[in-house]
Amino acid sequence: MRIPRIVGGAVALAVLGAAGFTAIAWRSGIEPIDPPASASFDPVQVAEGARLAAIGNCMQCHTAPDGKPFAGGYPLKTPFGTIFGTNITPDPETGIGSWSEAAFQRAMAEGVDRAGSHLYPGFPYDHFTKVTERDNRALYAFLMTREPVAADAPPNQLPWPLTFRPLLAGWKLLFLETGEFRPDPSKPEDWNRGAYLVEGLSHCGACHTPRNALGAEEKDKSFGGGESDGWHAPALNQASTAPVPWTKDSLYSYLRTGVSADHAVASGPMAPVVRNLSRVPDTDVQAIATYVADRMGAREAPADPPTPAAEAPRQPEGRAATIYRGACATCHDANGPLQFASPVGLDRATSLAQPDPRNAIQVILHGVETPDAKAAPLMPGFANALTNAQVADLAAYLRTRFTGQPVWDDLEAEVGRARTGDSSE
Amino acid sequence: MITLSVNGRDHQIDADPATPLLYVLRDDLHLNAAKFGCGLGQCGSCMVLADGLPVVSCVTPVVALEGRRIRTVEGLGGADDPGPVQRAFIDEQAAQCGYCIPGFIISAQALLERTPSPSDAEIRTALKPNLCRCGTHIRILRAVRRAADAMRTSVAANPGGEGGQ
Amino acid sequence: MKHSKGSPPELSRRAFLGGGALLVGFTLMPGRLLAQAPREAKGGGDVGLPKALGADPALESWIRIDADGAITVFTGKAELGQGIRTALIQVAAEELSVTPADITLVTADTGRTPNESFTAGSQSMQESGTAILHAAAQVRAILLGLAAERLGLPAERLTIANAAVTAPGGGSLGFGELVADGGLREATARPGTALKPVADYTVIGQGVRRIDIPAKVTGGPAYVQDLRLPGMVHARVVRPPSPSARLRGVDTGEVERMPGVVGVHRDGDYLAVVAEREWQAITASRALASAAVWDERPSLPDENDIFDTLLGLRSEDTVIHDRRLAGTGAAGGGRRLSAEFRRGYQIHGSIGPSCAVGLFEDGGMTVWSHAQGMFPLRAALVEMLGLPEDRVRCIHVEGSGCYGHNGADDAGADAALLARAFPGRPVRVQWMREDEHAWEPFGPAMVSRASGSVGRDGGIADLTYEVWSNAHSTRPGGAGALMPAWHLAQPFEPDPPKPIPQPAGGGDRNAIPLYAIPNARIVHHFLPEMPLRVSALRGLGAYMNVFSLESFMDELAREAGTDPVEFRLRHLDDPRARDVVTLAAERFGWSAARLPSGHGRGFGFARYKNLAAYCAVAVEVMVARETGATRLLRAVAAIDSGQAVNPDGIRNQTEGGIIQSASWTLMERARFDRTRVTSLDWSGYPILRFDQVPESVDVHVIDRPGSPFLGTGEAAQGPTAGAIANAVADATGARLRELPLTSDRVKAAIGV
Ligand code: FES
Ligand code: FES
Repeated sequence: MRIPRIVGGAVALAVLGAAGFTAIAWRSGIEPIDPPASASFDPVQVAEGARLAAIGNCMQCHTAPDGKPFAGGYPLKTPFGTIFGTNITPDPETGIGSWSEAAFQRAMAEGVDRAGSHLYPGFPYDHFTKVTERDNRALYAFLMTREPVAADAPPNQLPWPLTFRPLLAGWKLLFLETGEFRPDPSKPEDWNRGAYLVEGLSHCGACHTPRNALGAEEKDKSFGGGESDGWHAPALNQASTAPVPWTKDSLYSYLRTGVSADHAVASGPMAPVVRNLSRVPDTDVQAIATYVADRMGAREAPADPPTPAAEAPRQPEGRAATIYRGACATCHDANGPLQFASPVGLDRATSLAQPDPRNAIQVILHGVETPDAKAAPLMPGFANALTNAQVADLAAYLRTRFTGQPVWDDLEAEVGRARTGDSSE
Repeated sequence: MITLSVNGRDHQIDADPATPLLYVLRDDLHLNAAKFGCGLGQCGSCMVLADGLPVVSCVTPVVALEGRRIRTVEGLGGADDPGPVQRAFIDEQAAQCGYCIPGFIISAQALLERTPSPSDAEIRTALKPNLCRCGTHIRILRAVRRAADAMRTSVAANPGGEGGQ
Repeated sequence: MKHSKGSPPELSRRAFLGGGALLVGFTLMPGRLLAQAPREAKGGGDVGLPKALGADPALESWIRIDADGAITVFTGKAELGQGIRTALIQVAAEELSVTPADITLVTADTGRTPNESFTAGSQSMQESGTAILHAAAQVRAILLGLAAERLGLPAERLTIANAAVTAPGGGSLGFGELVADGGLREATARPGTALKPVADYTVIGQGVRRIDIPAKVTGGPAYVQDLRLPGMVHARVVRPPSPSARLRGVDTGEVERMPGVVGVHRDGDYLAVVAEREWQAITASRALASAAVWDERPSLPDENDIFDTLLGLRSEDTVIHDRRLAGTGAAGGGRRLSAEFRRGYQIHGSIGPSCAVGLFEDGGMTVWSHAQGMFPLRAALVEMLGLPEDRVRCIHVEGSGCYGHNGADDAGADAALLARAFPGRPVRVQWMREDEHAWEPFGPAMVSRASGSVGRDGGIADLTYEVWSNAHSTRPGGAGALMPAWHLAQPFEPDPPKPIPQPAGGGDRNAIPLYAIPNARIVHHFLPEMPLRVSALRGLGAYMNVFSLESFMDELAREAGTDPVEFRLRHLDDPRARDVVTLAAERFGWSAARLPSGHGRGFGFARYKNLAAYCAVAVEVMVARETGATRLLRAVAAIDSGQAVNPDGIRNQTEGGIIQSASWTLMERARFDRTRVTSLDWSGYPILRFDQVPESVDVHVIDRPGSPFLGTGEAAQGPTAGAIANAVADATGARLRELPLTSDRVKAAIGV
């Protein structure tokens, strides 16, 4: 399933690349500089850059698991192969120490590195192009004042011909629209601020928008739901299936604390996003919530929550229901032991209401980890305890019992894929 | 009636099939090693092996475990004939109150059966689900390393023999 | 000459007099010192005996030898995971010249052992160890005397070994034979019996393996949780959702009909269910919890300004130390430094939640409990149940490590209440995780303020230190100390809390630094009103006070432009203090050399209570600048516990203390809103996990053969906290003064 798509994509890109190559493939290098002294940057600008870097979640993709911050090496899995986040510390050899501000500006706006090579769109310059020059200057100031770390990122694991970067020129020709964000004068200021952040630096669409065979976001399905690292990134538009519609306030609380009691706990790839947002001014998180809420068509006041699911039907209890009583009810039943700590009720959990079962499966298998050992729900994974068939049964049971929606297809195979980590498709 | 295979023997269990394994082990089979620590799957005190994999028994209902091979710390050896992991914990004096230790032994056993020569990082990752409040961690680390050495040596001396049980 | 060690005599005498009942369990001097410096022991004991032995001088209270030679040693102390069984057996084996395996040890049991009150304050070796040492020496002398009589030889010519007394010619009498006709009966301890010469020790000082570990690693019954009595039933208590909640009503009908339910018990706001099987009890208690209707009100303070709340409470102020050396006033001092330190509420967080078994039969109540004091628990239960003392027996059975006053006593009360409600059947009460997190008494939130200056000579010219704290012990006591008794229809009120007097101190424990400082004034602001329930947590106030003072020492050292270790040594006259500081620094490789960026080193020192073990800790931390996350990389400690009975036991305790203190210091904070405690599990209250455990913790024990045993178990808590804070300051240049030093706070302090 994956293979044909990759090959198809590669061939198409190759054709495009040939065309693009002659047109815009060649970009000039920008002269290397000596790394500027930290003291040469305005501390206010550096602090601003720190907040922006948090909004951009930069550290996530530019830090290896257990690695030094911003020193690269994070494996970003894409349907085409694995791309490793680069070292963006000011180390002159392996990082961006020799990049001038102009080189940085160009990378953000056009996806071209200092030497003139095209960058893979795993670096979401289709969003970063919207970032203002001023903000880029602050980001540059922030990054250039980090601790330089000498570390080479591992080589990307991509099939030929994708290793041939000039092909990317063709991709850009088709899918990259450069240019700073333009506010909509008819909208209020915080909406525009939110739109600027969400569409630009936060690059929310990179995960929450479906991608085409060439790995580009499908513009007409913007925020229609996408994927990240084996997780489904739920729709952030009117296609949202959240049982309790999201509101600005619930989005805000989710982004600020990682928990919205009526929806979800930030887990999987969303956990680091929330962790980063904890360093961002409240007004920016409010602005993001405002814009996303508007995209979702949220009403002003929260809707009535769904009536709690009826008691499990009184027929002879199926195996999944028994497993639920022994494994899940402890925390998730209304009278479970942590009843006073308000965990997310399963009748309103977004993961169960989504058309895609992967998040529910991921959580059952791998649990919810406490990010950074901070206080957040900590759920054990059941990968060792339950067989694929049992997880599938349980997921189906939860889906029916708590959402009343038709059971997902092909669950057991999906569990198998999630277990082996092979779930990007 | 549910049939459970625990430490190589089949047991007929007459209990609510939703009962988490922990309570069946303690109340029906009178086994002590798996401990109640949180009942929430957060601390690892209650761990046992199911087909060689570590499982938090406090949130694993017995109905899910029919047909699986369950081993508890009792199945790894007794006070007079401790298994290699248990012996390593004794040799390193790796316990203070000892309440958490059976859970650590299970995590270690599962790790060493899969990965006979684990790195320190692998050991730490494998032990992360387990909490110890007494701060015995350094000794636990040493015990796991010692057990790994012992199990490798015994496998080398007795090729084909199974480590552990 | 020793400076500022302990407090001036007149103050401590006042403290003695004011201490009242709270003095129980917090003795003030090491046992063997008392033996050397006799004073009258209360309770009709003999003059010149170790305190515990003086209080119960019948030798058979401590050591019994049966006709078959079986040796049983009795201690009123309890095994709390600190390895005390092994160490006490070593002591007895040494003086009796038998092997440890020959001895059976019986721990705290009101029906069998001497009353040694609480096992707390790191005093088991000082108290019980010393008592057993002396009792065993006397038994040894009696055995030799009996043998001398039988063999017709002078005792000096006999040798005692392998549980027998042997004549030069080879004739030998076993201990059993010697006492067969009651040789030990009625024997009373007398002062002045010679102890075995230290040079002859073969068991004390050896790293004898813990006797309890084999059972614990192989699934042998080891804990109160493992008790299975015939006919035993399982209970769960449905606690109120918040401290001030009242039970408006509950319909118990459905719960009573659930499978296995033996009954629901309600007494006022006290609600519990008993079932045949444990899982039935759990499911029934959940159903009962959702059937209960509670009235709640916001009775808790605002977590966000808890320190202002504390500072605003009425305080009882005591100047615990006031020293002015003429001619060296603050005038000589340079710039004045001032700092405020804070510590949030923290929990004991035992891995096994509290548990107890009760049996009420024939008018008598027996409770098996892992609490720290069986005799005090009995006293509290006697009051709560209204039974005569001789109808209540409390037997200690191990639980998981408690680190102070956790839920164990309360679980004992639960077991007693429910055993009374369901007589004839043993009732096992197991607290759930959330019960323990919400209801155990916390380690108190505290505030301290230090100010001081450095003189022209580069030493500290003056220091003022004040500490504000609630009580650090609300142990039983009476029935009012038992939380379940608060919820009964006829409730018991807690006694008004009292401070623990100096020199041990409670909130002011270790508030007087051991350093020689010419001008120092130390004030304890005792806060009787408790916004949240608090009690003894390992180290009591020492954890916070040593954290504050050792942080401030580094600030002063910096002001003086002196290396922190050098600065400490400059102010330490006590050679044993100097030794641990020097040794820890040396083994750590303390230097001024630059560490990799983001790394820092820090040092901390204290003598616990200023009268127990000396402990110095050096650490290296790594702070991730981008996240503020701090990791303890390595720790090196030196500890002097006097005569080291079991050096490996001392190392084990100290390693554990360092890691636990690192967890407290870096991440732990109990949370609450205006109504409820909200940190109810390990996600709401995270503690150190294996990925954050240091690379290495090395503990070096300084043995002092022949000197008194000094309590060890709590000695590392304060120095570790100070060392970590100092290392964070070294790594980042930012001084953090509020515990815990979470990544958010570190990040906020260091900026971008
Ligand atoms: S008791 Fe099962 S994980 Fe804590
Ligand atoms: S040894 Fe006590 S909890 Fe680990």
